[in-house]
Amino acid sequence: MTERTRQAASAAQRQETINRWLLSTPALALIAIASVGPLLIVLLYSVLAPGSYGDVKWEFSGQGWFNVFFSRDIFDDTVSLADAHVTILWRSAKLAIITTVLCLIVGFPTAYFIASRAPHNRSIWLFLITIPFWTNMLIRGFAIQEMIRNEGLANTILIKLGIISAPIQMLYTDFAILLGMVYVHLPLMVLPLYASLEKLDFRLVEAGYDLYATRLKVLWRIIIPLVKPGIIAGSILVFIPALSSYVIPRILGGGKNLMVGNLIELQFGQGRNWPLGAALSITLVIIVLFAMLYYVKNAGKTGGGHA
Amino acid sequence: MRKQQELAIEVRSVGRVYGDGAGQVTALSNIFLNIRQNEFFTLLGPSGCGKTTLLRLIAGFDFPTAGEILLYGEDIAPLPPFKRPVNTVFQNYALFPHMTVAQNIGFGLEMLGRPKQEITTRVDEMLALVHMEPMRNRKVMQISGGQQQRVALARALAPKPKVLLLDEPLSALDYKLRKEMQVELKRVQAETGITFIFVTHDQEEALAMSDRIAVMSHGEVRQVGAPWEIYDRPAERFVADFIGETNFLTADVISIDGQRTRVRLSNGTTLDATYPSDLTPEGKVTIVIRPEHVQLAAPSAGAILGGQIEDLTYLGTDTHIRVRLPDTSLFTIRQQNSRIGPIGFAAGDPVSLTISEGAAQILKD
Repeated sequence: MTERTRQAASAAQRQETINRWLLSTPALALIAIASVGPLLIVLLYSVLAPGSYGDVKWEFSGQGWFNVFFSRDIFDDTVSLADAHVTILWRSAKLAIITTVLCLIVGFPTAYFIASRAPHNRSIWLFLITIPFWTNMLIRGFAIQEMIRNEGLANTILIKLGIISAPIQMLYTDFAILLGMVYVHLPLMVLPLYASLEKLDFRLVEAGYDLYATRLKVLWRIIIPLVKPGIIAGSILVFIPALSSYVIPRILGGGKNLMVGNLIELQFGQGRNWPLGAALSITLVIIVLFAMLYYVKNAGKTGGGHA
Repeated sequence: MRKQQELAIEVRSVGRVYGDGAGQVTALSNIFLNIRQNEFFTLLGPSGCGKTTLLRLIAGFDFPTAGEILLYGEDIAPLPPFKRPVNTVFQNYALFPHMTVAQNIGFGLEMLGRPKQEITTRVDEMLALVHMEPMRNRKVMQISGGQQQRVALARALAPKPKVLLLDEPLSALDYKLRKEMQVELKRVQAETGITFIFVTHDQEEALAMSDRIAVMSHGEVRQVGAPWEIYDRPAERFVADFIGETNFLTADVISIDGQRTRVRLSNGTTLDATYPSDLTPEGKVTIVIRPEHVQLAAPSAGAILGGQIEDLTYLGTDTHIRVRLPDTSLFTIRQQNSRIGPIGFAAGDPVSLTISEGAAQILKD
């Protein structure tokens, strides 16, 4: 190869690299504008000082981050752990985990049921699963409220049937929040589970029965390991929005049972403490990130890829 | 011949009907079968004949709508598959993709709650039986189709089933591997002494491997017998037609003498024919003659059949010759090429045909 052709070849290669980057520009720009950019702004706001009427003052301050975990007593300036924030974060994580587990327990049989229908009937069932998406979440929240409030449908029926004499307080409890969150997030669990179960070779299930595995053993040793990718995907899809839920805890939890989403909203609204709100948001992002890494790593360890 | 003639499986009057009302489909009707202990028994038939349905009834994946299935005298028809001491080698193997070869083979024993030590020993035994020792810790996706076949066999044999069911296990393999596995399956069956029930649509495979064959069509058993009986003494037209190549001739019964019947062909010549024991031949009958039981000769006056060669197909080991009979039908002859060189006949030559002693058989119609 002569020097000249080698130069030509490397020039062509360089051009190729440039072209590749140019072609990916729209996608990269979208990621930068829609994902990285806003996150950076939130990060920036978290290290600024709060303005008097909301907004931020353009000066550095660690106050926002400090307030995430600690609080200073307004009278004697003693620093203590911010119990309220830690409690709310813990509550949120707990509710999100319980929601995910409940969605899995309810969603798995549902997805299995759909996947075991005749192929031409499956789309009807899937269609039914997606119908709740047509209605605004706010309205669905109020609908649940109407059903479980003290004078609502559930209590009225129970009283009429003579099962209870006085209404059970269901609204504005953790039960109400969980009920709402499971209801709202269930399709996000069912759809990826269905996608996995639909690919499941049911002859493997028969092979399990043939080799003396009872129904429970077949579920545990064959079906669950094989649909693990669907379980992981569904759990992530439910856990993340559940952790940062805002509308459902607001409507069904009343004012007292806050979740971290409500706490953040409070800082940007009545609290007029944008840096604290921003710092709480970033904290939430970090928690989600680590939770996912931990989950995927541990779930993947025993999981068998069903390619 | 066999010391033990105990019955491993008795199928008594079994039927399977799907759906109800007008959309009713009968998959199996009134099946009777006796499968002996230690036998290599084949269910043979075209697709849709009900052979796989029958196998699934024995395995417990499906339940009969009539009759009973006995395993060593005990009715197993109502038992779920995991309570039957019967294992299956599936058509697509159905190996668990998330487990290793050894885990697959040990799965049945593990589910039976056997101690770990016993499982390990048995898995080693099974790996040795199917010559797969080096693949022990491979994932099943990392081994070839033929190897998967061996693992599927080992997995089904590991719990020492009383009966092993094989659902067209060789159909996914290429020709050479299939021939190899046929020999392999026979060897494993002889070594383990387990009763095999083998399902196939491949008549050659069935003839090569089986002790006895049940030929099925349209949800019914047409004939049960040793391979030679099925081939040389087909009871009815379907069996004769399904297995190998056949010539059908119509004839009139002249006289019956013990196991032989004298029949007259349409050209006026007469010959002896055998007939199934449950048949009393009379009037017009169909007789069947296999192509290899006929010899070609130069035309002669006393020949049973005569005609003109339509065409010849040279196939190396033998030559297929089609002869046009005077009644314009075609008669196929297969002549082994035992001599070196050309066969000595050409298309258009007039020939006479001699039929081997006992080759003609009367069919039930």
